[in-house]
Amino acid sequence: MKVKKGKVAIFIIIVVAILALAGTTALPVWNKITKGLDLQGGFEVLYEAPKDQKVDRAILLDVANALERRINVLGVSEPEISIEGNNRIRVQLAGVKDPAKARELLGKQAELTFREPTGKTAVIKGADLKPGSAKLSFDEYNKPVVAIEFKDDKKFEEITKKYIGQPLPIYLDEKELSNPVIQTVISGGKATISGQKTPEEAKELASLLNAGALPIKLQEVQSFAVDASLGHQSMRDTLIAGGLSVLMIFIFVIGFYRLPGLVAVTTLIAYTYLNLVIFAFLKVTLTLPGIAAFILGIGMAVDANIIMSERVREELRVGRTLKSALKAGSKRSFLTIFDANFTTILAGAVLFAFGTAGVKGFSVALIVGILCSFVTAVGLSRWLMSLLINSNLVKNPVLFRVKEDEIGEL
Amino acid sequence: MNYKFDFVRFRKPFLLASLIIVLIGIGSLFVQGLNLGVDFVSGTRLDFTVKQNVDVEKAKSVLEQNGFKHPNARAAGDQKQVVVFRTDNILDKPKIDKLKGDLSKEFGVNVTVQEQKVDPIIGRELARNAIIGILIACAFIGIYVAFRFEYRFAMATVVTLLYDAFLIITFFSLFQIEVDLFFIAAILTIIGYSMNDTIVVFDRIRENEEKLQPKTWEQLSGMVNLSIQQTLVRSINTVLTVLFGALSLFLLGGEGIRNFSLALVVGLFAGAYSSIFIASQIWVIWKWRSVKAGKDEPKLSPTTE
Repeated sequence: MKVKKGKVAIFIIIVVAILALAGTTALPVWNKITKGLDLQGGFEVLYEAPKDQKVDRAILLDVANALERRINVLGVSEPEISIEGNNRIRVQLAGVKDPAKARELLGKQAELTFREPTGKTAVIKGADLKPGSAKLSFDEYNKPVVAIEFKDDKKFEEITKKYIGQPLPIYLDEKELSNPVIQTVISGGKATISGQKTPEEAKELASLLNAGALPIKLQEVQSFAVDASLGHQSMRDTLIAGGLSVLMIFIFVIGFYRLPGLVAVTTLIAYTYLNLVIFAFLKVTLTLPGIAAFILGIGMAVDANIIMSERVREELRVGRTLKSALKAGSKRSFLTIFDANFTTILAGAVLFAFGTAGVKGFSVALIVGILCSFVTAVGLSRWLMSLLINSNLVKNPVLFRVKEDEIGEL
Repeated sequence: MNYKFDFVRFRKPFLLASLIIVLIGIGSLFVQGLNLGVDFVSGTRLDFTVKQNVDVEKAKSVLEQNGFKHPNARAAGDQKQVVVFRTDNILDKPKIDKLKGDLSKEFGVNVTVQEQKVDPIIGRELARNAIIGILIACAFIGIYVAFRFEYRFAMATVVTLLYDAFLIITFFSLFQIEVDLFFIAAILTIIGYSMNDTIVVFDRIRENEEKLQPKTWEQLSGMVNLSIQQTLVRSINTVLTVLFGALSLFLLGGEGIRNFSLALVVGLFAGAYSSIFIASQIWVIWKWRSVKAGKDEPKLSPTTE
């Protein structure tokens, strides 16, 4: 039989393309993937709204939005805020440098109130502020103050008229910020809050006011802080473990299955690369369990290759030619692999529906991994094998680790 | 395969052994329960990273000076560089900073700390959700297998999955290994793998059944043995490759993921074992009963064999 050069060429082009693409772009893709806080350090906190207040989904969404605006103050690039159950909010801040400050900033309800002189009843609330108007300013003694504006300047004017000559304390939650005495009636709806020690403190208060108060009280029920160096160490450990296991798998698969093993290794590289690309594209946050799921996906991909190779070997042993053995082996192993993959995805989907946080991340990675494994270990693997065999380049069953004397009569 | 092993002949001892393991598991759960991690018990867990081969006794005395009587602390990490301290109290930030400072002073290095604080209700809810999730997943898988194969395969698959999940729980209870949230993820992964194994074997049984049309017990058990043997190389190789991954994660993957990998290693063996010695055996026993009862076609016809 004549060797079909065209098929050999396509085979080589595909393999080289995969290796070149993975070799040159894998690192930038990897860097684009958001790493979870267990891999780069950070802070996670779970808040619960105590039962004594009215809470519904709309309110929780408001809270989530207010929290997100506050996090922007911290300068964390990609916070993850998720509503869990019907009264909880989980905030994950990967890469945050100062967990203590994050906790302080997030946990405050930050309801600004101007109160009547005894400090008991609020006369003006944070909601009366003009959105985004609070900013850092300096008073006549060059002390930092926060300048604010009201939506309704008449209301403020009335209040200053009513309490003229008396103090009008300003509170943030239950903490008194300052206690100015009203000297004159203030019109124009502008005021300043003094009592901040540094310009940074004043700026932070301004940002907090602009971010808005949380509509409800929150209680911290769970927290989790990972030191950045610990996070990096976990990532390094897991990557080394992953790299080593992949290397062992490669050696084993090539040693045991020869030619199909070599094809399997190519598809495993494609699997890894595809997985990374999808993670980057879908903006999946990669966590430690996510990496575990990713490595498990490699196991599934290897399994798909093994199931097919074993099947092809069996067909070769009963005396089929390479071409018909590949065809029969592919066909017979397809449903097995499909069923096995499909049921695992089923389990992953249930896990996603019922799991929280870390478990959810694991199941997303598992599902992505299985889909990638199916595309590469079934689709790509078969394509490459059929190109090789139909090119007539490969004729010897030894390349499939089937000995001549094992081959029976059909 | 050059050697032949009669898997079906030894079905009773193997099923009995599995049953004994389940009984041991139930006993262990009753007597000592599970060593629940901080996710399930209210309290704080602090991981102090100090330095290689840290002296735990020294760390304990620092903790005792801070008012913790008989502190529950141990060394961890691949170089024993981490002191894991668990307390039932909820510690606030200043207290943690104080401990960190005291330890830094004691050991003369810059100690870093990782903190976990938990309300047990959250962990328990998560575990409850996970159990519900496992049951629902089993139901779905059962329906799918019943639809793609037949009800006997479906029931045998589900029994096997539950057995595997329970086996890992038994293992963790017996050796009192700490159960954390990832443990649940590990159980679900194992269910996935176990199912993978079982389906590969069942797929072959179904294929051979169509081809060979077994009518006597000898034919039926021979057919099941043949199917197991035909898939054995694949089962061993797959377990081996995944084992490479799970083992290197266990040995090198860092503290956080260690118990997860351990659950995987145990589960992998359990999954391969159960697909051969439990799932296939339940099926063959059940199938033979149906054949004998004459409910199942092809009808038992007189054979000359």
